[in-house]
This record gives sequence, C-alpha cells and structure tokens, in this order.
Amino acid sequence: MKARTRWDVVCMVEDLVPESGIAVWTEDGPVAVFYLPHRLPALFAVSHTDPFSGANVLARGITGDLKGEPVVASPLYKQHFSLRTGICLEDESVRLKTYPVLLDGNRIRLEIPATQQQTQAA
Amino acid sequence: MSKKTLIVIGNGMVGHHFLEQFAASPAATEYDVLVFGEEKQLAYDRVHLSEYFSGSTHADLAMGTADWYTDHHITLKLGEPVLTIDRDGKTVTTPAGQYPYDELVLATGSYPFVPPIEGNDNEHCFVYRTLDDLDAIRASASNAKTGVVVGGGLLGLEAANALKSLGLEAHVVEFAPRLMPVQLDADGGAVLRGKIEELGVRVHTEKATTAIVDGETARLRMNFSDGEFLETDLIVFSAGIRPQDTLARESELEVGERGGIVVNNQCTTSDPHIHAIGECALWNQRIFGLVAPGYTMARTLSAVLNGDGDAAFTGADMSTKLKLLGVDVGSIGDAHGQTAGARNIRYNDEQAGHYRRMVVSSDGKKLLGAILVGDNSYYDTLLQYALNGIDLPESAESLILPESQGGAPALGADALPDTASICSCHNVTKGDICGAIDAGCSDLGGIKAETKASTGCGGCAALLKNVVDSELEKRGVEVSKDICEHFPYSRQELFHLVKVNGIRTFRTLISQYGKGHGCDICKPTVGSILATCWNEHILATDHVPLQDTNDTFMANMQKNGTYSIVPRIPGGEITPDKLIVLGQVAKEYDLYTKITGGQRVDLFGATLSQLPEIWEKLIAAGFETGHAYGKSLRTVKSCVGSTWCRYGVQDSVGMAIFLENRYKGLRAPHKVKMAVSGCTRECAEAQSKDIGVIATENGWNLYVCGNGGMRPRHADLFVTDLSDEELIRTIDRVLMFYVRTADRLQRTSVWMENLEGGLDYLKEVVLEDSLGIGAELEEHMEGLVGTYQCEWKTAVEDPEKRKRFREFVNAPEKADPVQQWTTERDQRRPVLESA
Repeated sequence: MKARTRWDVVCMVEDLVPESGIAVWTEDGPVAVFYLPHRLPALFAVSHTDPFSGANVLARGITGDLKGEPVVASPLYKQHFSLRTGICLEDESVRLKTYPVLLDGNRIRLEIPATQQQTQAA
Repeated sequence: MSKKTLIVIGNGMVGHHFLEQFAASPAATEYDVLVFGEEKQLAYDRVHLSEYFSGSTHADLAMGTADWYTDHHITLKLGEPVLTIDRDGKTVTTPAGQYPYDELVLATGSYPFVPPIEGNDNEHCFVYRTLDDLDAIRASASNAKTGVVVGGGLLGLEAANALKSLGLEAHVVEFAPRLMPVQLDADGGAVLRGKIEELGVRVHTEKATTAIVDGETARLRMNFSDGEFLETDLIVFSAGIRPQDTLARESELEVGERGGIVVNNQCTTSDPHIHAIGECALWNQRIFGLVAPGYTMARTLSAVLNGDGDAAFTGADMSTKLKLLGVDVGSIGDAHGQTAGARNIRYNDEQAGHYRRMVVSSDGKKLLGAILVGDNSYYDTLLQYALNGIDLPESAESLILPESQGGAPALGADALPDTASICSCHNVTKGDICGAIDAGCSDLGGIKAETKASTGCGGCAALLKNVVDSELEKRGVEVSKDICEHFPYSRQELFHLVKVNGIRTFRTLISQYGKGHGCDICKPTVGSILATCWNEHILATDHVPLQDTNDTFMANMQKNGTYSIVPRIPGGEITPDKLIVLGQVAKEYDLYTKITGGQRVDLFGATLSQLPEIWEKLIAAGFETGHAYGKSLRTVKSCVGSTWCRYGVQDSVGMAIFLENRYKGLRAPHKVKMAVSGCTRECAEAQSKDIGVIATENGWNLYVCGNGGMRPRHADLFVTDLSDEELIRTIDRVLMFYVRTADRLQRTSVWMENLEGGLDYLKEVVLEDSLGIGAELEEHMEGLVGTYQCEWKTAVEDPEKRKRFREFVNAPEKADPVQQWTTERDQRRPVLESA
C-alpha cells in the first residue's frame, strides 16, 4: 500500500495562514490545508470542494472547534466539516476526502493516492 | 345568494377595530359592508392625538389604510354624515342618498362637553377632539402668548401639554378642588399639581368660569365666580365627553337619562338589528370613555354577528396608566376606596413628588384599587393583584414602598393565572402567550407578531418580557444569551469586556473569558466588536481568521466560488468618467453587471486572484470599497432633492453623501442601510431603512429602525425638524448605542423591539441622555470616523495581504475547473449545476 502513495510538497510554511486555510492544487484535485497553531497536530488537509455546492471554497471557511472537534464551516451554506474525519456534522452521510499531511523542514507535504484519480466536481 | 348589508356609522378607533375583527371572521363573506364617517380622514389614533403637534402626521396616527378597506371589500364613505335612520324601512339617509341595511352598527363615539358659559362661541375657543380641532388650535396659537385649558382631567392635561409644545404659556382651570378628580384623591392630585407646576403649567383649581369677554392684555378674559379673572389668547374646553347619541334619539332608540345609547350584554340596542359600541353606548348605566373597553365591545359584537351565543360584554376594567406632561399617573380599580370596609395604605414622598395608595379589602387580603403619581413602575404588579384577585403578601405595604426600604420585587410571572390579562389593548392573556410559545414562538419578537401583545399602547412591554422569559425557561428553552459554546456571554457583554479591558485580539479574549478555539459564530462577532472598538485593518494577521469569507476577501462570494464587487458610490451620485471606468473594468474582466437597489453597481464573476488587480484599477479611478460584504454601513440612498427637483426642500444628495462618508466602514451587528429624501414625497424610501431622513421646511425629520427584506418594517418617527448638526449627533448616538448593545445579526428593528421600553426608551437614552452616555457615544463615533481607511487600498498596497488572494498557492496560473460560463442576455453567467 505504502508504495502506491507519495508525499507531494504542496507549499511552504510561510504560505500557511494561522487559524485559517489555503488552497493547493494536487493531482487528486484541489485540497484545503489548514493550520491551527494551538492544536496538536496543527495541520489538517481536506478536499477544497464543498460537496453541497460543488464550488472550490472550503479553504476560505472559518475554522474552530465544536465540542472539541476541529472543524471548518463552509463559507457558502455554513455546514461544519470535521477536519480530522471530513464528516459533515449536520449530515453524517456526507464526508470530505481527507489527506495525511506533514511538516518536512519548512515544506508541507500531502500524501496523495498514487492511482491517478479523475476528479469530478461534486 | 344575495348578500346582506352591514352598515357602520362612525369611523373612529372602535369602529375601525370592529371592522378589523369582523373582516377576519367567517360572517364577513355574508355581508356587504358600508362605513360612513363624518370626518374626512380615515380612523386615527385619538389616544396619541397630541403627537400631531410634535410632528406626527395623519398617516402616522392612522389605524388603517385606504388599501386595507379596498382589500377587504369594505366601502368607505368619509365626509358623508348619516342624517337619519328609518328603522321601519331599515335604511339610513345621508346628503348623498338612501342606503338599505340588514344590520346597523352605531360607533359614533362622543363629543366634547362645552360648559354653557357666555362667550364660549368666541373664535378663539376650541375643543380637543379631532385633527381639524388641532389644526384650528395651531393656527390660533401661531400669534398667541398664552392658552388656557378648561378641565383638569386626563384629556385636559394632554391638551395643556399640547399648548405648551406650541410654545404657549399654558394654564389649566379646573372646577374641582384637584386635578384628575376621577382618577386621583386629594393627596395624589396635590403631588401631580406640584410636578406639573414645576414644568411651567399654571394650575387654577376651584374656579368656575362665568363669562368669556374681550381681554385687555390678551385676546380674551375669563371671569370667575369668585370675582377673579384670567387673561388669555385662546381657550380649549376639555371638560369631559358626552355620548354622540343624536341619531339614536331621533330614531327613538332607548337612550339613558344623561345620554348614551342603551345596549345589552350583546351590544344590541332596543332595536334587535341596531347595535352600538364604544363611547356612544350606555351599558349597565355606564359610559366607557377609554379605548380598551370599546375594543372589547367591538370584539363582542363581531362574535355576536357571527352567531356566537355566548359572546357577552360584561363590563371592563377602567384602570389607566399614563404619562401626562412627563409625569407618571396610574389609577387602578376602586381607586377612591368606595367598597364597604375598604382600608388604605399610603406612601407619600412630597420631596420626590411620589404618591402611592393601595385600597385593600376589609380582611386585608385583596387589592381593590390603587393610585400612583410620580412613578408607574409599581403599576403592573398592582394591576395583576387587583385584576386577578391574587392574595396579597404578608406585608402588603412592601408593594408600594421604594425598593431601598425593603419593597417587594415585582410579582413573578409564575404567580399569574392563565386568565391574567397581559395586554389589555389586544386582550391577550397569559394563556394566549403560552399558546403561542407552545405553537413554536421562541422569542419576544415572534410572540408580539403572533399575539399582537404589546403592539398597542406598549405599556405592558416589561410584563410581557417577564412572562415570556419565565415560560420559555419553564419549557426548558434556554433563554441563555450566550452567543455560542465558547463564550458564556451575550454580544453586548463581550463588547463591554473588550472595551473595558482594552482587549485587542480574539486569542486574548477567548483565553481570558471563553474556552476552546472559537467557531464561525463567535469569531466574526468578536471580529466585528474589535473593529468597532479599535478600528484596525480587518486583514491584520490577528484578525484574518476571524472574518467571514466575504470580509476576508472584501467581496461577496457567489454560488460558484467567484466574487462580486460593489464600489462605493456615495448617495448614488457618480460622474460620467467614473461610470465609464466601471464599464471598462467590467468589460476587461467580463463581469456580469447589475444595478443594485442601493443605487450602486454590482460586478459579478471575479475570481479570487482577479480581485486585487480589479481593485487597483478602481482605486486609481478614485473608487473606495463599498462594504457590500460587511456587517456594516451599506449605502445611503437619496433622491435628487432641492438641487433639481421642483418639490425638494433640502439638499438630500448632499446630506446622503455626507452621511455615507461619515459612517462608511462602521462595523455593526448587522448590515445598516440609510436613505435621505428631499421632501415628504419620500422618493428615497427612507422609511424602509435603519436610518431614514426626510427633509422638512425647517430641517430634517429622523426615522429609525425600519427595514425591507424578509420581515419588512416601517421606520418609526424619532424626532423632527433637526438642524444638520443635531441630525448627525442624533444618528451618531443611535448607531453607536445599537452597535454596542444589539445581539449578533440583530437588525435595528428587532433590537429596538427587544429593548425593554422600546422606542420610548431609545428616545430617552438618545434624546434625553437618560443614561448619561451621550457624549461618550459621540466621542466613540468621532474616533471611528477619524480612523477610517479604505480596506481595499490598504490591502492592494501590502504584498503580504495580497498573498491571500491566490486561488491555489502552488499553481498561480491554474484556473478553477468548476467555474464554467455561458452567455445570457449578452452577459456572462455561471453554468448552472448539472450534476
């Protein structure tokens, strides 16, 4: 399994915005990377695509925690998504794709599935 | 299938209330309804008649609109008095013709009693009843110095206040030994007299006028029976009312010895097809000169005409609470202690001008009546004890003692039975309120809308709030004002914490006063509070993560993730050159272009990375951000005003531009909209705005707390004829008080409705500075105005801030693949979702 994935550098530490998200383009489509400096771990990566609207906007949502769970709120229709599991708190049948993320020196790496996936909006 | 005809004679408050009730009832479909009114105007609120002198117009006082009558298929014939009733032929005759009826309702009201004094027909003698009377008084007062009101009752004191507001030296002449002899006792009357004389109204009691003759130093002289006299320029008679029963007398219906059309419990007269309601009706030998009992009769009669055999009018409570010349006066039940064995408890503070009297039953257990002068805060509790027969507490005197001397707290809402009347104007009981809550209403605003409680005179606002809070709590509905799980505080409390402790970041606030890391509720709220308090750039590093996406990127996100841009066009005034720039920019970036309702231009379809470039171009052409994305001042709409319009009386565009430039960038709990109209034709629709300004010959009238949108609300007239400086100072205070005390996402309308005391309270705070914070509010606003910066200008000049506008930080050239476009009506628009 390990051999079939790879850790791509998607951005540098200085690109991150504390307590907020940025969007990066990967071979698996657009991904939102969040940096929550007051948590451990502090980095989260989930799909940038809002499943309710199909728009690529989740990195622009407000982050926070609800009952301790780190979340981002969709900037369009305000649903909350867990940054750990990708599950939508308002509708558990909806789940964002999540990506392992790590800090390598001052580079941010994402684990992207090696099998090329065609990304489909929504 | 031909319909029956119902004729209503009289279009006053009670007549109108009857029509409202009847129109909403099943029987409405069975009748053609015809209404005759002697006055030329639609029914208006006579209770607030004197506000006509302080700037209210007929439209402000009107009970309904012509459209309402049309919508309900009611034929309204104003200025067409009924001359005779033919009971046998069942017709009424007016100067215009004869009309048949099946059922006839007399709602003819009353007329003012003018004592038979020689000279009372002088052209400067008036009564105080209709808008026409008030117009005549105003005309006479325009070159007068003094005015006398004959009659020291409730309406007489109202009239004295009106004369005072017209700038006259006002006198009250009363035949009885004290003021308000019906409602007050000797001590109460004395306290009231003292207070009123302090306000500059001269009071003369035990004076019987014998003649009115030409004066020497003024137009008229009143001679009194004791040989003294008083000179005055005009006289207003307010010596009581008499039922208007002429038609009934002439058609030989049964009338009382001293007037009044005799009715039974069903409000029906001695003729089974003729009914009478309101002040013209005599029930059980009594005339009811207040509006609430009249409304009760109206409701009863509507039910009777709907075949409700149980409907009955069984008398009404005549308790009253009012503010006369700014002095609280209250009278409850058996105020004079006429019940056998009744005993009294009195509290009299001549120093402060407070008088309170309780009349209790011989066993001391029940409250029979009460008199209050100087402080009506005791009224609601006492009224509930009296109306509901609740047992008095052990030390009943505590109910009227000042709180510092061990006075009891207000009667808990819990102690009231379900039948307790909370709002007597609309006959809403505690049970009705509980019903509304059970049907899903969960806040004060909703309950007011559903039950109409507290939308009449508003006197029950505080009591209503207590009942609602207590009932919600009982049902386990959290009445907690906590904004979210991270802060156990309301927005107002958070504002206070930030301001007083000089807190400048979200992180500091949550670590000291909250828990966790925040959420999409508290972060933007605190972001807005920080902006209001310190006015730092919203994209400063500490503040970026607090903002909603629209604030973060200073544009409005649309459904496909692109943004729209609204540059500020103050007052809607724009040069052709600037208009051309908007067109050029829109063309270059292929932006869909639409004119907004706020007299601006909205450019749609910009991607995140295009925003800074577009703004560079707009700023170079002299544009500033329009804050269409913020909970802040949006636009100040205006009509063209006196510069061009042949009707305009002030420069509305100039004022709108000034206001927009003054308040732009102000962060608020919700969006704020304003408008300025150049004359009363109101082309700028200012009365649908949070702050509405309408020009008058003498300056500006200010309206507050209106809005359009989901729940439209007309703005309330706040204050009239302001100078430019007064207008700005007043708006400063209203806005700043709103920004400091409103809940999150609360528009000014809901904020004001939820203020305990509502509009009157807001007037006290802003106009009378009752909290002593006026100067501080103005200073705070001045500070914000002084530190304004165009957020977009600062952002495009700062490379660090511009970094935020990269769509994909690792692929600057990559276009967002979901943003697909098509063309419609020659403009670009998004392809709608196919999946």
